Amino acid sequence: MTTRLAIRFAACAAEGRAALVTFVTAGDPDHATAQAILHALPGAGADIIELGVPFTDPMADGIPIQLAGQRALKGGQTLRKTLAMVRDFRKVDAATPIVLMGYYNPIYVYGVDVFLKDALEAGIDGLIMVDLPPEEDAELCLPALKAGLNFVRLATPTTDDKRLPKVLQNTSGFVYYVSMTGITGGVIASYDAVGEAVARIKAHTNLPVAVGFGVKTAADAAAIAKGADGVVVGSALVEKVRLSLDGAGKATPATVPAVTDLVSELARGVRSVRKAA
Amino acid sequence: MTVNPAPNSFRNGPDEQGRFGIFGGRFVAETLMPLILDLEKAYAEAKVDPAFRTELDGYLKHYVGRPSPLYFAERMTAHVLALAEAKGGTGGAKIYFKRDELNHTGAHKVNNVTGQILLAMRMGKKRIIAETGAGQHGVATATLCARFGLQCVVYMGAVDVERQKPNVFRMKMLGAEVIPVQSGTRTLKDAMNEALRDWVTNVADTFYCIGTAAGPHPYPMMVRDFQSVIGHETRAQMQEAEGRLPDSLIASIGGGSNAIGLFHPFLDDPSVKIWGVEAAGHGVESGQHAASLAGGRPGVLHGNRTYLLMNGDGQITDAHSISAGLDYPGIGPEHAWLHQMGRIDYISATDTEALEAFQLCSKLEGIIPALEPSHALAKVVQLAPDLPRDHLMVVNLCGRGDKDIFTVAEHLGGM
Repeated sequence: MTTRLAIRFAACAAEGRAALVTFVTAGDPDHATAQAILHALPGAGADIIELGVPFTDPMADGIPIQLAGQRALKGGQTLRKTLAMVRDFRKVDAATPIVLMGYYNPIYVYGVDVFLKDALEAGIDGLIMVDLPPEEDAELCLPALKAGLNFVRLATPTTDDKRLPKVLQNTSGFVYYVSMTGITGGVIASYDAVGEAVARIKAHTNLPVAVGFGVKTAADAAAIAKGADGVVVGSALVEKVRLSLDGAGKATPATVPAVTDLVSELARGVRSVRKAA
Repeated sequence: MTVNPAPNSFRNGPDEQGRFGIFGGRFVAETLMPLILDLEKAYAEAKVDPAFRTELDGYLKHYVGRPSPLYFAERMTAHVLALAEAKGGTGGAKIYFKRDELNHTGAHKVNNVTGQILLAMRMGKKRIIAETGAGQHGVATATLCARFGLQCVVYMGAVDVERQKPNVFRMKMLGAEVIPVQSGTRTLKDAMNEALRDWVTNVADTFYCIGTAAGPHPYPMMVRDFQSVIGHETRAQMQEAEGRLPDSLIASIGGGSNAIGLFHPFLDDPSVKIWGVEAAGHGVESGQHAASLAGGRPGVLHGNRTYLLMNGDGQITDAHSISAGLDYPGIGPEHAWLHQMGRIDYISATDTEALEAFQLCSKLEGIIPALEPSHALAKVVQLAPDLPRDHLMVVNLCGRGDKDIFTVAEHLGGM
């Protein structure tokens, strides 16, 4: 089955470049503004969209994404509303892949089978679940694959060669390499080490490898784009949302452009380098 | 509720996936997964190494002060007898206190910390992190780190830092760094999130010393094993005092480590009735409580599936209890399973009931209990009058109340 993710990664590869994967939190700072951001992302240069599902206890996230989740929850965002956002997006964009990223509890409480059905109907392409390692594949990964959704796994600096095959076994769509031991929004210590890790993973799989955690600027994106098939940016984008808000924490006319301007810069960064063959 | 068919033993869990029935598991980020597997392996090796056992027993005896006494609470017993007579009954159980409040550092927490710190050193880890609510686990961890010259970082919700100042000072005196956590609701659950964020960042040299029988496998099992010294001692001590097993056990439950420690060695003795007491705060029906079994549903948080307080969207909601040590929106996964299996009867006590029991125990027995075991004591006073006079009831006095005197004074309007 050819999925939207496979088609998009192949198209970027044909252009000799990495894909830009942009993360925003669903419902941040409010449902309508988040919907407007979502609609504007592809035009600004996002190739793939990661849509963060807000959760009260985001154990792997740094402060920017923690705050984004809190803003969204305060605005009344729910998983149901997040699915509705994607449904609305699909009315205008049938090609840009959307991957939901978050923690398992909201999906578990929604009910796995019903969720998978609703997610497919909404037009979601894949799932990234931070707290579901391969040891818990029976929970959501296997049912998702069976339902026809991609399940994107995180590989990390602690995933050694012995463990890597286990991590890759039921992964589909792409592999998300976490650039550091740490939380989202940290600082990448060495691009060389990231490059080596990407090469190591690519020796084990034909899937595209995207790199995330700590990519903030067009220069970061360009440095990562040399070796990786995708560059993920999240914390830097939700920080743009935060900095655009008024004193009461409400969206302003500057909110959507603040995000899309950075996405455009990042897209130029990604396009500025030709990927190593 | 429907009671599932009983397994051959209630003491065989968890399975190799770290599950107690559907509860437990390893719901952690991939970065932590190799660390958790390492820990599981190191603990499995230590558990069967007689040298580790000998070393642990030595510190428990000479440093912690174990065994803790099993004390016949004569005036509390007379009190429940009088309550029985006042309502025309002939009952009134014989009450024993398992005195874990006499441990070094003043609570049961140190039993587990001693085990985990010895394991950390065995694994060559030099930096210890911990989360704490009331501060008792933080103090115990800071204490053992001081004793063995290890670096200690304790995460504590900013709200708890404010309401448990004496323990913050104690931790600092012991050389620990206390980091007030400003994220989320700024209480115990957020402290645990922040400790996990630290661990995922400092993977090479850091050991995460979890304070309760929850979290990803192997923590619930490991913490239970280290706390089971409470139940093993109780068995032997009751045999010596009365020549038989107790008829019932009762303990308070936040995450549930003191309770599982007392209960676990007795789970396969069907004659032993067991009560776990959750914190009902302002009352379970008020919505302001910390009773995950009574008022929650199964969900996934902090590495395990268990009963959680949450809304319809799976967002974790605030717990409330007068006791900072019980103020947590979840419960250890083994308790969730024992609840489902019907082996243990889980009940709850309100803030008000706990405050009354706190004063009663202080005046009758000359023992100021912590607010946590005061929840169990509140139920003892209600249950014991209806039990026969030859009924032997053990309550786990898991902590002393020094840390709580300011909170209690505030609620009673000064003293």
